[in-house]
Amino acid sequence: MNKELVFKRVAFLSATLILIVLVSIFIMLFFDAKSAINKYGVYFLVDSRWNKTIEIKSTESKTNPSKLIAKTSKTNDDVSMNNDNLFADDSSVLGDSESLDNSAGDKAVDESVDTNTNVKTDTIFGGYIPIVGTILSTLIAMTFSIPIAMGIAVFLSEIAPDFLIKPVGIAIELLAAIPSIIYGMWGLFYFAPIVQNTFGGSQMSLLIAGLVLGIMILPFMAAITRDAMNTTPDVIKESAYALGATKFEVVKDVIFPYAKVGIIGSVVLSLGRALGETMAVAFLIGSVFKVPGSLTNPTISIPVVLANNFGEASGDMMSSLFYLAFILFVFSFITIGAAKFYFLRGRR
Amino acid sequence: MAKELIMDIKDFSFKYAGAPKPSLMNINMPVYKNKITAMIGPSGCGKSTLLRSINRIHDLYPNNEYTGEINLLNVKSDEFENILDIKKENDFIRLRQRVGMIFQKPTPFPMSIYDNVAYGLRLDGIKDKNILDEKVETALRDAAIWDECKDRLKESAMGMSGGQQQRLCIARAVALKPEVILFDEPTSALDPISTKAIEELISELKKDISIVIVTHNMQQASRLSNYTAFMYMGELVEYNKTEKIFLNPKEKLTEDYITGRFG
Amino acid sequence: MKGTEKRRLIINKIILALSTISALLGLIFLFWILITLFLKGLNALDFSLFTKDLVDGGLRNLIFGQFMMALIATIIGVPLGMLAGIYLREYGSGKYANIIRDLSDIMMSAPSIVIGAFVFAVFVAPFGGINGWAGSIALAIMLIPIVVSTTDNMLSLVPIELREAGIALGGSKHKVILQIILKAAKVGLMTGILLAFARVIGETAPLLFTSGTNSFWSTDLGNAFPSLTVSIYDLANFPTDKARDLAWAASFLLTVIVLVINLIGRFIIRDKG
Repeated sequence: MNKELVFKRVAFLSATLILIVLVSIFIMLFFDAKSAINKYGVYFLVDSRWNKTIEIKSTESKTNPSKLIAKTSKTNDDVSMNNDNLFADDSSVLGDSESLDNSAGDKAVDESVDTNTNVKTDTIFGGYIPIVGTILSTLIAMTFSIPIAMGIAVFLSEIAPDFLIKPVGIAIELLAAIPSIIYGMWGLFYFAPIVQNTFGGSQMSLLIAGLVLGIMILPFMAAITRDAMNTTPDVIKESAYALGATKFEVVKDVIFPYAKVGIIGSVVLSLGRALGETMAVAFLIGSVFKVPGSLTNPTISIPVVLANNFGEASGDMMSSLFYLAFILFVFSFITIGAAKFYFLRGRR
Repeated sequence: MAKELIMDIKDFSFKYAGAPKPSLMNINMPVYKNKITAMIGPSGCGKSTLLRSINRIHDLYPNNEYTGEINLLNVKSDEFENILDIKKENDFIRLRQRVGMIFQKPTPFPMSIYDNVAYGLRLDGIKDKNILDEKVETALRDAAIWDECKDRLKESAMGMSGGQQQRLCIARAVALKPEVILFDEPTSALDPISTKAIEELISELKKDISIVIVTHNMQQASRLSNYTAFMYMGELVEYNKTEKIFLNPKEKLTEDYITGRFG
Repeated sequence: MKGTEKRRLIINKIILALSTISALLGLIFLFWILITLFLKGLNALDFSLFTKDLVDGGLRNLIFGQFMMALIATIIGVPLGMLAGIYLREYGSGKYANIIRDLSDIMMSAPSIVIGAFVFAVFVAPFGGINGWAGSIALAIMLIPIVVSTTDNMLSLVPIELREAGIALGGSKHKVILQIILKAAKVGLMTGILLAFARVIGETAPLLFTSGTNSFWSTDLGNAFPSLTVSIYDLANFPTDKARDLAWAASFLLTVIVLVINLIGRFIIRDKG
């Protein structure tokens, strides 16, 4: 047997495994989301009801769920604890976690509806709120982090004296390596109270989640932007200085245009990270199925819906969760793919 | 024949940040107005370092040390000013507008041909479209590249050939009407035909501008320049009229270098 | 001084000051997070955390479980990722290799929770429940593209002459790759693997509904498996001070592990790279 050929085949199969896994992700998510896709269709994207039980009069034929009227509601349960019995004797319970569970009173209604033989009930799932929550928290994060990341990159590549470039650069890169759950913890206990005191609103909110998300992607964005800016040859910068340009003018007119492709790529990659981030947001966004009336209201995002409900879901809810996962995957695939294909070409 | 000075370098020494010893030691050299001064010597002799001192581009990097004087004629007051005394940022900007620089490799900015040439003018505060158009055209004509690019001024400069890019960079420098232009091996990255075009251009430019050129190529120095400085190990070994340096050098070292015995 | 010149210099100063302030801001956040972690973590840290399991108020089983899953992910992911990287750099040519390269990059940035959902669909739902293998596989899927990209990049740094010299000595291509090229790229590959390990050991989202977590000591990968990160999430949301202190101690340990591995990686690169 030809060893060379075997090795080549094995290597080829390993590379192809990436294709297989990606295609499988698509197929499996779509397959498991199928019943929700069939039931709710595209209307899922703009339906703000999640886990709402509605009445269907038996005389009425089943039509587009949008025309059905919500009668009762039951929001999803809060984060589940699988070690509830731990520390039960420790009684310093804080009241805040109860604010998440705003549905206590509605649960009884379900059963009474079910007992009525003339009325069928159905539970409706719509993805509007988590989709909006995901987009808004990402937007806040980007608005916050883009200017600061650019500033850090300019500082590191053009301003910092030699003895600072390395330590500050390493510090920024270490900041990027810290697991996202740590950002969530820190945000929940230290950053959130400050934001709440400054801007008012809830203890957990879209704004807090967006800002912590921004802080989390900041070092990543700054590090790649700096790398892109550092690709500008010294001699091009020197020739701008030789025409009498100031440092800012060199950055604005020479370095940014020169590194434009890499910088936009780094922003889009950071956007992709922010879109799919779970843990930094899960602690802070409030996990409430409500369209946020203001930035300081709590809401929910797609990853957080998945994180909180996947464990116990079944039936329509499970399928709807896969629908959401599918939407998130397609969305981030397109975003990151666009960044790769249009902006980061030719960097290898 | 009146030999008018534009620059006068006196006892100039230069040490790079962190280097154990100076890269240039006690350089004394005049630069004459509307003449071409060539600097030759083996790699690492300090000729580029000296050139880059003349518009203080070294100051972009911290902690380099200068001593001595580099005096530049202020045309308005007819007095010499030591450019090593410059400390304020606006004075640096003005110095670099008066002393332009062309680098080894072409350095077009990632913008259109027109914007490249207009760049320095706009920095200088010229906003009027008509004045800009006129000055850009003059500069491109002066750099002998107008005919080749007048129909594609809005196209990116990155699409031009190497020789065209280098002439564009010269146009960009000329547009500011500098008193001196420093050329740092301007043709070392170009083919022979482009090299010839650049050399002709440099000879044309000396009507209005004083020129200092660093070159590796001794034929180029002898063809182009009026004066030649031979440098070795950070010192100025010999400075004289070009024909004297090449035909009748005083120093043995110069002769060895010119005849190709080392370097 | 001309008016425009004055304005230019003032704008220049303002922007440079803003950039410097941005960098300061970034550093302030870093130190704020690290100092918080140190104070809260060291305060809650106790030697008994390493000898007791979560059910008794310790972290022993969680640390072990997180390490195990990350280690299994590395054992699964590194050979596959390296082989794929070798294919891309040494054998692959043209379109197919480029497509795989792009897909691998996209997979590297795919939302980790979605990978969790995928692994749930394939390795949890059909097997009747959360299990340690599913968690390890989810982490392996996160790790493979990182290893692919590292291998690809590191092999591209090996000079072409080395390949030619190897072939010229009569080595077959796979022998040259395995015996010469991988050795030449050893330092970079090791660092890349370390950093990939550091990346997956800090992951939470892909483990939430694949491995879940477990309060008890367990070496049975067929069942719910202890995870440090998933337990941090649970403990932090648990409304008792004791649980939160434990969450801080766990966060502190996790961060120390991740940062130390990162620093070791950096040190190796600087020392030998």
